[in-house]
Amino acid sequence: MRAIVTVLGKDRVGIIAGVSELLAQHGVNVLDISQTVLQGYFNMIMLVDASGCDVPFARLAESLKEAGEARDLQIRAQREEVFNVMHRI
Amino acid sequence: MIQRSEILQTIEMIDQQHLDIRTVTMGISLLDCADASAERSCTKIYDKICRMAGNLVRTGEDIESEFGIPIVNKRVSVTPIALVAAASDAKDYTMFAKALDRAAREIGVNFLGGFSALVQKGMTEADRILIRSIPEALAETELVCSSVNVGSTRAGIDMTAVAEMGRTIKRAAELTADRGGFACAKLVVFCNAVEDNPFMAGAFHGVGEPECEIHVGVSGPGVVEHALKAVRGQCFDVVAETVKKTAFRITRMGQLVASEASQRLGVPFGIVDLSLAPTPAVGDSVAAILEEMGLESVGAPGTTAALALLNDAVKKGGVMASSHVGGLSGAFIPVSEDAGMIAAAEAGKLTIEKLEAMTCVCSVGLDMIAVPGDTTAETISAIIADEAAIGMINNKTTAVRIIPAPGKTVGDRVDFGGLLGTAPVIPVNRCSAADFIARGGRIPAPLHSLKN
Repeated sequence: MRAIVTVLGKDRVGIIAGVSELLAQHGVNVLDISQTVLQGYFNMIMLVDASGCDVPFARLAESLKEAGEARDLQIRAQREEVFNVMHRI
Repeated sequence: MIQRSEILQTIEMIDQQHLDIRTVTMGISLLDCADASAERSCTKIYDKICRMAGNLVRTGEDIESEFGIPIVNKRVSVTPIALVAAASDAKDYTMFAKALDRAAREIGVNFLGGFSALVQKGMTEADRILIRSIPEALAETELVCSSVNVGSTRAGIDMTAVAEMGRTIKRAAELTADRGGFACAKLVVFCNAVEDNPFMAGAFHGVGEPECEIHVGVSGPGVVEHALKAVRGQCFDVVAETVKKTAFRITRMGQLVASEASQRLGVPFGIVDLSLAPTPAVGDSVAAILEEMGLESVGAPGTTAALALLNDAVKKGGVMASSHVGGLSGAFIPVSEDAGMIAAAEAGKLTIEKLEAMTCVCSVGLDMIAVPGDTTAETISAIIADEAAIGMINNKTTAVRIIPAPGKTVGDRVDFGGLLGTAPVIPVNRCSAADFIARGGRIPAPLHSLKN
């Protein structure tokens, strides 16, 4: 099952490393990354494959959110279908 | 891969424009819970709801976190209780409402609809008992919602029932006077009620529906308003196109949630209700959409035309996005639940007469309107009759959810809390309709009911 992970917040050292590490710990594979920094604000979108995830996806989304809050970042993990249904027919 | 801008647009809709799934509602048939003993019937009802909907809230929450889209309400609708309780020996159906309330609490839903009767062509003894029980039933429960269908295009209007509902609403308000007449916020009087409506307070599970099914109500007035900001000043063709495209996107999301919920719960998918349902939150207002179209305030001349365009474009955009569309589908205009409507009503810019005109072209009817506490039962009945007539003649659902706020007068406010919001008490025409309502009987079905 594929999902989109988005990370928004103030830029600092180690954001990508932190998120990737958490994903790796749970067996989630990163398929694609797109990332920019605009006026000091970090903005990353990852396409991931969560079929090998060792916890239910809702739990993964929750731990990413919590990890984000601890670092002043907004981290979301959402199943890819949400974006597909809204923008593709 | 999906574009970065599209991903960010979706997230912005959810985060800043209040896009949400307003409700996932499970419809459950209780026809098999009828029993000669009212007590046994109540036990069957409680057990069945807990069995069928035990996982509803958890499943909703799982979908919410996996898809990252808020699902605001999880609800249950049931077979109109007058049909279920008819077989029983009970002379008062409040105990059925209490059983429903206990079940709703047990499974954790935030409302349960179906303490209802369908009396568009006359009342059975059970219908009479149910209507008589409504005030106590609503005053003594928290989560149970009630509705009564008093008219339809096919059957005409049962004016005896209309008269009865005016008295019922007054009594419900009196019994909950300490809470501003809160019971009336859970009571809807319909004409042309639909059997698969997922929205409260008017949801019930019609007899033509299957054993159990899942309906989803989408929302997102804030998203439509935001989209219209981008085309400010452009012609109505552009406005309609913009609303349609936005409604399409919102509804696709609703369809996704509906199929997912239906699959996980092992219950057939019923319908997606394409509605723009406001909340009292700033930026989640239907009034703001109408104002974005160029009106100084909702209630200004032009409001009805603006609402007609909005309502129609929402349906046209949404209908292609879902395999089954139903329920009430359109724009809701509940006064107390919409920050823009509240402001306009308080400033005297939105009157009950203008609201009545708006109900000719929108999804439902006079919704969540507080009127002075000394408004008579006959006047309330007459307001119901007017709305029912609009529904009957125009082949549409209309409804009245009106609160004669005890002890309050024009200029006061009634606070119901949460999604039900705050209603400013607005003036009602003081001329009497008492002799009109005292006639009783039925208003015959209109000529265009003869379609066969």
